[in-house]
Amino acid sequence: MTGRDLITPAQNTWCPGCGNFTIQHALKRVLAKREEDGKSLDNVVLVSGIGCHAKIADYLNINSFYSLHGRTIPVATGLKLANPDLTVICCCGDGDCYAEGLDHLIFAAKRNIDITVIVHDNRVYGLTTGQYTPTSPLGFKGRSTPLGTSESPLNPVELMLASGATFVARGYSKKMPQLEGLFQGAIRHRGFAFIDVLQICATFFPVADYYGERVYDLADHDPGDLSAAFWRAREWDYSGEGKIALGQFFLAERPTFDDRVVATPRTAAEREQAVRDILSGRT
Amino acid sequence: MDDVTVLVGGKAGDGINSAGTMVAQLLNHLGYSVYLNFDYPSLIRGGHNFTIIRGTAAPKSPGTCGEKADFLLALDQATVEQHNNRLKPDSVLLYTEGLVKANGQAVPVKEILTTEQAPAVMGNSAFIGGFARAAGIDWEIVDLVFRRHIPKGTDQNLRVARSAYDRIATVRPVPRGPNPPRPLLNGNEAVGLGLIRGGLDAYISYPMTPSSGLLHFLAGESERLGLTVVHPENEIAVILMALGFAAAKKRAAVGTSGGGFCLMTEGLSLAGMAELPVVTLMSQRTGPSTGLPTYTGQADLRFVIHAGQGEFPRLVVAPSDASEAIAWSSRALDLAWRCQVPAFILTDKTLSEGTYSIDLPDRDLPVPGGDGMEAVEGPYQRYADTPSGISPPAFAGTAGVIVKVNSYAHDEYGITTEDGEVTAAMTKKRLRKAETLKKNLESYPQVVVSGAPDAATAVLCWGSCGSVCTETGTRLGLRVVRPVVLEPFPKSLLEAALAGATRVIAVEENATAQLAGLAHENGIRVHDTVLRYDGRPFTPEDLALRLRGVI
Repeated sequence: MTGRDLITPAQNTWCPGCGNFTIQHALKRVLAKREEDGKSLDNVVLVSGIGCHAKIADYLNINSFYSLHGRTIPVATGLKLANPDLTVICCCGDGDCYAEGLDHLIFAAKRNIDITVIVHDNRVYGLTTGQYTPTSPLGFKGRSTPLGTSESPLNPVELMLASGATFVARGYSKKMPQLEGLFQGAIRHRGFAFIDVLQICATFFPVADYYGERVYDLADHDPGDLSAAFWRAREWDYSGEGKIALGQFFLAERPTFDDRVVATPRTAAEREQAVRDILSGRT
Repeated sequence: MDDVTVLVGGKAGDGINSAGTMVAQLLNHLGYSVYLNFDYPSLIRGGHNFTIIRGTAAPKSPGTCGEKADFLLALDQATVEQHNNRLKPDSVLLYTEGLVKANGQAVPVKEILTTEQAPAVMGNSAFIGGFARAAGIDWEIVDLVFRRHIPKGTDQNLRVARSAYDRIATVRPVPRGPNPPRPLLNGNEAVGLGLIRGGLDAYISYPMTPSSGLLHFLAGESERLGLTVVHPENEIAVILMALGFAAAKKRAAVGTSGGGFCLMTEGLSLAGMAELPVVTLMSQRTGPSTGLPTYTGQADLRFVIHAGQGEFPRLVVAPSDASEAIAWSSRALDLAWRCQVPAFILTDKTLSEGTYSIDLPDRDLPVPGGDGMEAVEGPYQRYADTPSGISPPAFAGTAGVIVKVNSYAHDEYGITTEDGEVTAAMTKKRLRKAETLKKNLESYPQVVVSGAPDAATAVLCWGSCGSVCTETGTRLGLRVVRPVVLEPFPKSLLEAALAGATRVIAVEENATAQLAGLAHENGIRVHDTVLRYDGRPFTPEDLALRLRGVI
């Protein structure tokens, strides 16, 4: 199927000024370009979690699996193993992917499963109206922590580097062209691709000024250098001051989980014979 | 003698289960129908293990073991101490010379190994040779069983076995039985073969006793079966991955026990809402919580039937033995896909880890329909509201359609909705699939009657208790009624099977009589219960005793 309208008629309910619009637009442009290049979108699947980010499954007119909170990655892994021809893209939230589903994220990186994970990291729970997430800064005052959080944030970029992800990047919802490039690179990458997108939450965590003063592009960085990638990732701990690098931290080519795990199918007749052979061995 | 029981006991790590399997194969090739139950604590080394192997001349595996043993093979002193009460006046006791003190025949294991310059691991072959001679089993059968089942170091193992065979006296000759040698399979493996015959593409599981045997079996055979096998980070990932497979048109099954299934329930509810088929082997052990990890129970029937938030149809089948497990696992996978519902194969330790003589059932699945895509016109509706409740399926990767799968309440296209009317209509659509599921089940034997079918007193049981109930019911002249399908509950078939019964006694391995409760909800009266919940399966002796107390 080609020439489709990439946006569904579903009513969009994101707040005005929400960073999700930018992420969706960048993704839409990447998909449109893919179609222009003569590649069908029939083999693309979007998997979303639960949260404001996840509404993108309703809005983008492509195959989608609107999954559970924190459970994009196992579904995406199943889809990819079932049909390695699929291009599988996860859109997750930070509460979604770094709290409820953190184990899946680490294991996906460890396995190097060929999927793309885009984290809409607004550093606050939006849909449940303003609680802290794993990337909220220390002292964040949310509805569950009115006196401020007592725990430091995770650094997801550093975590993904340590977990074996082969494509690690960070984008920002106010830097659309860069975001589009990162999405395109991640989707093309053979292996586990991770992009933490700093996303403005217009309602609960509007920190555009804070980001504006700190972000810079990783222009002179060698993405093949893991140590340098760690160093760049540690410049900002998602809490205090420090410069916030945007762009690609790390890139490597390694064998993928799907290449290693997927079995060569057998015909029904071959299987029935195998069943009989197994039974014969047990007699 | 057409009913023989052998107990092999020793320390964990002594290879008791493999020794038991060899004894089972000897009885198999002697013409007996076999059941083997392995009793072991949850540890790797030390502790006392034993297997009980029973062979009968009946055409079907007995599926249960009695409390007495005709042969006791004691590889350690604990076997003699703990199982002394199983000995009858004419029972035969063989023991390891120098290691065990007992009245019986000593097997000079150490001396034989030294003479044959054999490694310690071959010590059990001496025992098996000794047992074969004590039971008067022809050497040619011993030779055949060793050649078929000990592919490594066969000749040396046979020399060790022969050496013991020549030193032991035949005291309790076991005559040849009437049956041809058949495959011996445990319940987990039977589920695996059934799923394979149902068209399984992938098996996904996190290890948990007593279900792990299926993971090990399918992983070991994955290449020749053409099966993708994955062991992910936890049971949450397990079921979600399986749903990913289903959304890409690949048939996936998962396996676990109660604790792992707790973690799967959010994924199960998603399967119900998103209408994605997945088959779960739920192998029960003694609960609650960690419970007795290596012992049996039937306390999760209610849990499996009701698990997951919200209301959606599901299939729950509880086969009683390995042959039935093959047949019903194929059917469960077929029905899950035909009706786009989650399905369960509910077993327990007794069935999952028990070894049975099996007869491969005929593959009785209906011819698969088309993929239903012929009817699609205009934009594809993943959740089209049809009279059967079943929407023509399409999958991620199906050319020319956009497939939207959704965990939220959704419209026919799969787009999220909060509209009350749409929500109610889609709920009704999903629940209609239960009726379609019932229709699809009609050709199968959902309720099995055995024992004395016309007796006025009936035993109501389910799952692995079927074997012990049938044996005891036959002996006591009781009707035995066993629903294999537990959800959708086969109310009218059960009523028909119980017609004329004036007294119904539920026999279950749980403390609250869960099947009796389900029967009651369906208007079927149960007059009394016989329950066991110490982690051990009923034996024919204790069941007979307790049934006599209530009939």
